[in-house]
Amino acid sequence: MTGALAIQYLVAGLTYGTIYAVVGMGFNIIYNTTGIINFAQGEFVMLGGMIAVSLHAILPLPLAIAGAVLATMVVGALIELVFIHWLSRPTVLRMIIVTIGISILIREVALLIWGHNVRVLPYFTGNEISAIDLLGARISPQVLWVVAVCAAMVALTTAFFQWTMLGRQMRACASNQVGAAVCGLPIRRLVTLSFVLSAGMGALAGCVVCPITYTQYGMGTGLAIKGFTVAILGGLGNSLGAVAAGLLLGIIESFTVSQLPTAFKDTVSIAILLGVLLLRPSGLFGARVATRA
Amino acid sequence: MRPALLRQVAAFVATVVVIQLASVAGEKAFLLTQLTMSAYYTLVVLGLSLFMGYAGQISLGHAAFFAVGGYTSAVMTTFDLGPFRSTAWVAAAGKVGLLATRTDAFGSQVLAFHPWPAMACAVLLTAAIAFAVGVPVLKLKGHYLAMATLGLGTIVYSVALGTATLGAADGISGVPPLPVLPGIAVGGNGSRIANYYVAGTVLAVSMLLLLNLVHSRVGRALRAIHGAEDAASAMGVDTAHYKVRTFVLSAAMAGLAGVLLTHYNGSIGPSEASIMKSVKYVAIVAVGGMGSLWGTLAASMVLNFLSLRGYFGTLDDAVFGTILVVVMLFAPQGILAIDLRRALRFLRPTRGAPAEPG
Amino acid sequence: MALLEVSSLSKSFGGVRAVRDVSFVVRQGMIKALIGPNGAGKTTLFNLASGFVPPDSGVVRFDGHAIQGQPPHRSAALGLARTFQNIKLFAGMTALENVMVGRHIRSRAGFLASMLHLPFTWREEADVRRRSLEMLDFMGIASLADMEATSLAYGQQRAVELARALACEPRMLLLDEPAAGLNMRETVELSRLIVRIRDSGITVLLVEHDMSLVMGISDEVVVLSYGEKIAEADPATVQKDPQVIRIYLGEEEC
Repeated sequence: MTGALAIQYLVAGLTYGTIYAVVGMGFNIIYNTTGIINFAQGEFVMLGGMIAVSLHAILPLPLAIAGAVLATMVVGALIELVFIHWLSRPTVLRMIIVTIGISILIREVALLIWGHNVRVLPYFTGNEISAIDLLGARISPQVLWVVAVCAAMVALTTAFFQWTMLGRQMRACASNQVGAAVCGLPIRRLVTLSFVLSAGMGALAGCVVCPITYTQYGMGTGLAIKGFTVAILGGLGNSLGAVAAGLLLGIIESFTVSQLPTAFKDTVSIAILLGVLLLRPSGLFGARVATRA
Repeated sequence: MRPALLRQVAAFVATVVVIQLASVAGEKAFLLTQLTMSAYYTLVVLGLSLFMGYAGQISLGHAAFFAVGGYTSAVMTTFDLGPFRSTAWVAAAGKVGLLATRTDAFGSQVLAFHPWPAMACAVLLTAAIAFAVGVPVLKLKGHYLAMATLGLGTIVYSVALGTATLGAADGISGVPPLPVLPGIAVGGNGSRIANYYVAGTVLAVSMLLLLNLVHSRVGRALRAIHGAEDAASAMGVDTAHYKVRTFVLSAAMAGLAGVLLTHYNGSIGPSEASIMKSVKYVAIVAVGGMGSLWGTLAASMVLNFLSLRGYFGTLDDAVFGTILVVVMLFAPQGILAIDLRRALRFLRPTRGAPAEPG
Repeated sequence: MALLEVSSLSKSFGGVRAVRDVSFVVRQGMIKALIGPNGAGKTTLFNLASGFVPPDSGVVRFDGHAIQGQPPHRSAALGLARTFQNIKLFAGMTALENVMVGRHIRSRAGFLASMLHLPFTWREEADVRRRSLEMLDFMGIASLADMEATSLAYGQQRAVELARALACEPRMLLLDEPAAGLNMRETVELSRLIVRIRDSGITVLLVEHDMSLVMGISDEVVVLSYGEKIAEADPATVQKDPQVIRIYLGEEEC
């Protein structure tokens, strides 16, 4: 493999890896606040892209994207309010199954609205053939958009949880819901907020990567599995761990796919998922966790 | 054989016969086709119900076992060994009677495995994979187990979709019928009614075996694991052993169902291994009631029949997704667990009466 | 004579040394109790001794067999049965069915035999049922046999759990705070029951807070404090031990 080709694969890996990282972060935000693993996380990415494409028909690109992000945030809030808000102490397993069902429903609705067609947003800057030269490899400027936007999201989210009152309140929810309630924190509203935030992040990621990967009604499921893998690999609840894990997964996947037929692309992430679950369920950076009998 | 359980199975057999007669009388014999297919899918669901309802575990990848069984049998009965006829092992297999020659749809001669050894291999392979996978994976609990099984199911789907020998996206077709008795075979141009009764018999026998299992020492051990795993272990129940065995049994049932349905339809495709299929099985188990075999059978027959008849149209996936969400939110123990039991009270063994030995 | 031998057991959780180098012996036919203030490590030690939790170091021998680190069902097969502090009855099963699980190690029908309902299982099932009813009867709750176990009153649930443990026909019974949540009268009945159990040939080790129960029926008492054994003797001697008095009552004088 030549150096230029390697960089090509590396860049592709980073592009996808960034998306995985964002989905993983989305998982963690909801998990951290509620202990729920939201399988519908992948659908937020899909909805972001799809809605943006539809809005772009009548709005300029930046507004279309903003609209898509807002709309998806509303969907996230609705999901929480309709299906989760009123449950008392559901088990994680029950919620995974429920959210799998929800993701199916979202997917079917998307199919109904947008059909089987693959949709695409225009490149934010330049077009399909514009390229920047990086150490001999040609990469699309959209890649820089992806990395920049996602990096900004990660930075802002981390800052939010570290330094704002609201963010700290949400972290308090995660470690001790009863304690948080006793301190007067509005648990229910914070839970809804966590869904809104995750949905927004996913949607924005979906918009920014859409020109490169296109978007289609069924792309959510695979993303959800990979996002979960990333979240676990980085240590469930550890957002920066998810970022590192996401990039790692993206790069490993990219280089492996260069050697294997494309149908086996997903097997890479699943092999990693199984490896993590069986060998080190606390992930690379997480605290020891009890997964076993 | 416990009289009470025999009564239940007898009632089931009677129902099977009545439905067949009614369908012929009402000139809707074509319905028997979907009922037959539903019966085979129900086999998968029953096994899964044992694993999820009784042992209290979760598998989001059970369609994989159906696919392994179906594809193995399909490949073995359609892969033309003619070009290899002179190699040692093919010649040996032929001598032992494992092979069969037939004419395929295009008129050419095919030398392939006879359906019986193919079926045996398929079920054994499925069980072996389930064992190999189950031993490490069943040490996980709850949502970790769920995601691991989901992952495994996805691997099988990817392999089915991506491998040329397995027909890739088109799957395998031209699968010959599976002979059962002289004159009766699963699939082919055989009688619709005969096939229906074969399926009904398979279901009846399976129910008999499962009912026996559930009302036995093993059944108690499984329910104990579900009820309080630590305490079960403290009472001497080797929980790992029972979980793996139950997993393997449910996988073998799914594999057998895969074999039978593949021969019935004459083909199999990668969609049989999809996540959606696995989710459907779980949804039906959830509706039928975790821990109610007859309830699960009824739910499965009804839902699969409606789905196969096309009643859900393009909303098929959405229907099952909705079922899953609704049941999981409002009745995680299953909705039929309550009603059907009361309705079938007269068929249940009376609680508290001393067990009648045989 | 020594049925259960605990040697140099140690266990830490995170940075906390819950049990430090504890050793003691339970001889056949005796009733031994494990006591100590809250946080002394009794529960951990109990879980170590019953083979439920693997120790960081040390050995637990039951009837000569090393059971530390082994899965709990092995201990049960060797004849060691236990109850749980926060009663772990099997949900979704009747009282009788709960006790019948106790007969699991005394029966052998496996998957194939059960599915085919082979003849030997007929008698085995009838036996299991009969013996389980006898156990419920021994505990005085035979009338509750067909009630859903987790719907019973607290004291009755305790009785079912005990019946279940006894159904294993154990050589040694480990009781984890058996008097928790019982009133005075029930506690007295319990102490009589434990003595009857011992008299029927079953060795008993119990963890308990209730002093009257412990001092009344125990042959020997082990006292723990901050994970260490500070006394092991008969009740009368232990009660007079100045170290024991200090850990329970605090420093009397500097």
